[in-house]
Amino acid sequence: MTTTHLSGPHSSGLQSTKAIVTRGLTRHFTAKKRTVEAVRGLDLEIARGELVAFLGPNGAGKSTTLRMLTTLLAPTSGTAEVAGFDVVRDQRSVRRSIGYVGQGNGAGHQQRGRDELVSQGRAYGLSRAEARGRAGQLIEDLDLSEVADRVVSTLSGGQRRRLDIALGLVHSPGVLFLDEPSTGLDPQNRANLQEQIRRLHADRGTTIVLTTHYLEEADALAQRVIVIDHGRVIADDTAARLKSALGDLVTLGFTDDGHAVAAAERAVRRSPDATVERDGSVVRVRVAGGSSLAPLLVQDLAEAGAPVIRLEVVGPTLDDVFLDLTGRSLREAQSDSQSDSQSDSQSDDQSATLEGAAA
Amino acid sequence: MSMMTDTANVLTRELRPLVREPFGMLISLMQPLVFLALFAPLLPDMGPTTSALQWFVPGIVAMSCLMGSSMVGASLMQEMVTGSHERLLVSPLSRPSLLVGRALREIVPTLGQTALIIAIVTPFSFDLHLPGVLLGVAILAVFCIGIGALSFALALASKDQDWLFWTVQQTVIFPILLLAGMLLPVDDGPGWLRFLSQLNPLTYVIDAERALFAGTFPAGTVLAGAGAAAVVAAVGLVVGLRSMARSS
Repeated sequence: MTTTHLSGPHSSGLQSTKAIVTRGLTRHFTAKKRTVEAVRGLDLEIARGELVAFLGPNGAGKSTTLRMLTTLLAPTSGTAEVAGFDVVRDQRSVRRSIGYVGQGNGAGHQQRGRDELVSQGRAYGLSRAEARGRAGQLIEDLDLSEVADRVVSTLSGGQRRRLDIALGLVHSPGVLFLDEPSTGLDPQNRANLQEQIRRLHADRGTTIVLTTHYLEEADALAQRVIVIDHGRVIADDTAARLKSALGDLVTLGFTDDGHAVAAAERAVRRSPDATVERDGSVVRVRVAGGSSLAPLLVQDLAEAGAPVIRLEVVGPTLDDVFLDLTGRSLREAQSDSQSDSQSDSQSDDQSATLEGAAA
Repeated sequence: MSMMTDTANVLTRELRPLVREPFGMLISLMQPLVFLALFAPLLPDMGPTTSALQWFVPGIVAMSCLMGSSMVGASLMQEMVTGSHERLLVSPLSRPSLLVGRALREIVPTLGQTALIIAIVTPFSFDLHLPGVLLGVAILAVFCIGIGALSFALALASKDQDWLFWTVQQTVIFPILLLAGMLLPVDDGPGWLRFLSQLNPLTYVIDAERALFAGTFPAGTVLAGAGAAAVVAAVGLVVGLRSMARSS
């Protein structure tokens, strides 16, 4: 329902404005005679200058997709073009055009950061002087001056990650891929990293594709969120639109169950699209535009003799979106605590998803 | 051109940590000398025309080159685990340069070791024939590029199972060394041993090297050595490139 299909019939003429185009991109892995379909028929178009997050749980196929787009992995079938070059037929041109920050450390642990930056610049065809200059500039930009001449294995996780990002930027690529860039970073470093990515996008207009399983990250950083599960795109839109389609959660508290029952009935009558559930003396209404509906509902209920004694309006999170789309929560920890809210669920749809989550 | 530039780039990157740790490099330069000092006194007298050192030095040079290049995969495995190998794969560096540059990183120190050994043994019963030594070392280097590439492929096949890499490396390297008559001549051995020795490409490389180090240029021996080295290098590169294409 929230999936936006961007593919059009006139793809060939438009490809110069596209950073990434995939058609039926598929990757299978065979292990012990079992075939795992990691990515299934992905059709994607990402325009130049977009900042896109692939969001999904571990094993959803995000990294496999990224590895195919960066020439690390050959597709089982389907095609992909990055910066106008085919990832199978023209690997070298793809490699020249992209920057890649993998899940590991790009900088060799025995090496010094500055040396790695210079040799990376040389690998992309910069002259020795250009490579040195570029390395110095990135060291400054990414606040690495104090550690750039130390052996990489002695750096902290956050410092190494900044160095990895610097390595991905040496040749000022038009398309930058970041695979789980903030995994393993503390909140402070994560915030810094996000700021750097945002600045890079704003200053240079670099097309950025990152994978993440942090909802907050996708939400805060990306203009466009592509939700991937079981190797398929299940939603593709801005974070704001993905969430607004789901609606706000309005929680109403009453003095007794009777009032709550009456309120739930009124709420359903008032907005037939809403998902309403009652839990004792508490009624939860999931509805688009819930924050503007809430005051009206409170007034309405007061007049009807069922006064609201407690009110809470919570905007939807991407986790709610994921739950709504897949029946599973993206936060593993949440799966345990959801059985409570299952009783009295009045929506078949919602109760089905909750059972799925608890299972 | 780009293949040369890329190889130089990979080699420079690989050598940098060595240059930054001169003490470690010094130790590694000394290793074959220790071996030589402990082994040479045990060598039998080989008659008035051939000195034992003249026979033994080419073998020890080949041994340190073979040992070094067979360990190319070990440093690769570390970089596979930490992630820098993946970064290099995404870079436009040509694939053969990734193999050859890494192999040369083990061969370059061998050149230093060779120079040091020769400088030390020449005052004793070793006659220096520089053109022969240079050609001999060049043939050896080609052979070791092949071994380095095979070691690279073995590391990719082992993934992060270090024990697998080391088990295969150790199991393969010593028979190759011994069957080539590197430490002891195989000429007086039983027929089956001599037969196996003839199947070993290193045998031809060593024979050529011994002739060249002695200042002789027997065409058949030198060509056989160069041919064996070229075949090993070609096989190594094909296997290495294939496994690189398939690995990720």
